[in-house]
Amino acid sequence: MLFRYLFILLILLPVKSFALIEVDITRGNLSPLPVAVSPLSIDEDSRNSFKKILKKENIGSEISAIVENNLKQSGLFNPLNKDAFLQKPDIANLKPRFEDWNLIKAQALITGKVTFVDEKLRVEFRLWDVLAGKEMMALAFTTVPSNWRRVGHIISDKVYERLTGENGYFDTRIIYVSEEGPKTNRIKKLAIMDQDGFNNKYLTLGNELVLTPRFSPTNQMVTYLSYFKNLPRVYLLDIETGMQEVVGDFPGMTFAPRFSPDGKKIIMSFAENGNSDIYTMDLENRIVERITNHPSIDTSPSFSPDGKQITFNSDRSKYQQIYIMDSNGKNVKRISFGNGLYGTPVWSPRGDLIAFTKLHKGKFYIGVMRTDGTGERLLTENFYQEAPSWSPNGRVLIFYRETKTNSKGEGFSAKLWSIDLTGYNEKMVTTETDASDPSWSSLLSN
Amino acid sequence: MNRNIVISFGLHTLLVIITAMSLPFLAKKPIDLPPIVSVELIQIAEKTNIPFAPKAKKIIEEVKEKEKRLVSEQAPPKKIKKQKPDAIPLPDEKIEKIKKIEDKKQNPEKIETEVKQVSEFEKKELFDTNNIAALIDKSKVESAEINKKTDKISQDQDKNIDFGGLSLSEEDALKAQIFGCWSIPLGLPYNENLLVRIKLQLKPDGSIMKSEILDHARMNKPGQGFYKVLAESALRAIKLCQPLRVPSTGYERWKELQLNFDARDMLEG
Repeated sequence: MLFRYLFILLILLPVKSFALIEVDITRGNLSPLPVAVSPLSIDEDSRNSFKKILKKENIGSEISAIVENNLKQSGLFNPLNKDAFLQKPDIANLKPRFEDWNLIKAQALITGKVTFVDEKLRVEFRLWDVLAGKEMMALAFTTVPSNWRRVGHIISDKVYERLTGENGYFDTRIIYVSEEGPKTNRIKKLAIMDQDGFNNKYLTLGNELVLTPRFSPTNQMVTYLSYFKNLPRVYLLDIETGMQEVVGDFPGMTFAPRFSPDGKKIIMSFAENGNSDIYTMDLENRIVERITNHPSIDTSPSFSPDGKQITFNSDRSKYQQIYIMDSNGKNVKRISFGNGLYGTPVWSPRGDLIAFTKLHKGKFYIGVMRTDGTGERLLTENFYQEAPSWSPNGRVLIFYRETKTNSKGEGFSAKLWSIDLTGYNEKMVTTETDASDPSWSSLLSN
Repeated sequence: MNRNIVISFGLHTLLVIITAMSLPFLAKKPIDLPPIVSVELIQIAEKTNIPFAPKAKKIIEEVKEKEKRLVSEQAPPKKIKKQKPDAIPLPDEKIEKIKKIEDKKQNPEKIETEVKQVSEFEKKELFDTNNIAALIDKSKVESAEINKKTDKISQDQDKNIDFGGLSLSEEDALKAQIFGCWSIPLGLPYNENLLVRIKLQLKPDGSIMKSEILDHARMNKPGQGFYKVLAESALRAIKLCQPLRVPSTGYERWKELQLNFDARDMLEG
């Protein structure tokens, strides 16, 4: 009987239960993530071998410097000062003392090792989560020694991808028009360089005027416009082989040929009977198809990444504005309604935004808007700037900016600039000469 | 015979003693659980210092109207419950939606019955909301009375107040701390579900004893690579922030905590 009572007592004993408290965290900071990029360790033999081949004192430090620079330029990372590092690179690569890295407020750590194996460069690298005390990624690359800069870019891409959740854009190139000489008599050459400004090469001699080079989104092909005997001519250039071919001669003013997302067509505008409309050309059979047919001036077409839509600018509503339409020219819809003139719309590779140039009250702006025209954001303002081109991950825009000349016509310059979608990370891209009309390639390692 | 009586008397005495010693809380139960002691009262008292009575009618009317709209709009009531206040459509949209729903219905009689059901539900709601002020007053009186009667009961009531979660200032302090520690990965696709729920077990000083990602299975799902990145960033934030700014008292209340990290607002903005 007593046990029964005790049993009832136990059952009835009041047990306190607490509802689980939930707290919603809907904000965070957008300040750059502190990252420690430890120099890649290298043994003495490998160091000497690379010194002979590449004329670099310590290739490990050089590669880590590329990674550090890329991450810093992205604006999303804050590489920490190497003087504060407490662990040597060779030991850090084997087993980092996380307390030491935590002490200098690093949240991620990059370590690695470079070796000379069978006349090749072998780079191992590891990405560590300092706070969790665990390895996040470990990869090794082997390539010819002369490719060492690309290895640095590929490592940067892998780190960027692992820590941000989107593809990187460091192992890419930029094609642009190199400009030299006085403003009235510019020599324009086609040039190409790595996205960080290194490995600059000229692709044309400057005998002919070249304009608007554009990379194919799928491979290393470029289309551009050049004038031959005062007639606009569209060219295709294979960067890998150097092979070049003429796509066609077009009448009147021809503008800005650009590839379709699958690389099989080019889309451009040219004037026929004084009326500028948009056309596509199939690169296999060279059949030209008219997309718009309107008495107004339609120019600067750009495909959406799925190829189903096209954005372009037109003055059909009296002033130049941005429009979108289906790829067959139907369902034309105006999307820009702000004050000023809108031009050079370019669809983001992510598909969510359209970048544009805006002219309002004598100033030029580079901005972005959603594909339905909402959410217009002006990222940068200047005296003259235009021709935005997206990085392959849709995070950064590159464009060119011209400076004012003085009363004597001096002081003119044209430079490439980049800006990310936050609008805060604006940087000049160093080029050997003046530069305009940049176009960003897709990832080389794809 | 006498022996049996003695045994019976002894056992009954024991029974009475055990009952008296072990089940006193049963006697208090009706006092402990008056139907009137509502969570709403506690939350209002905790969350605002605005004197309730003068503005009560206005607020009640507003709530009443909102409830009306919500109730009449909703087909599945659960959806409404899940909606955040800022996700509630504008009144005009609601009216349009209601009209659309009514138009779509083929059988007008059914609509009537639905409306009736809704209105009955509303009535209940209205009854409750209309009487909030009265209930509050009543409960105030009652709680005052209870306070007078025994100290024990008033302590219990205080504990009940603790069960309501963190106060606004406590929650704000914790949020502000984690906001500063959370570096949001900027490359996440904002049209995806970007909610990471992490359950924490905390030590009394606010440091982390254990952390667990509640949707862990999503980490390794194909096409959800971004979720892993997001979850890791949230875990980093927690580790970076510890010890968390938790209240100095009431450990039992917050020793387990769930943090819902949602990056969508930041990335869309």
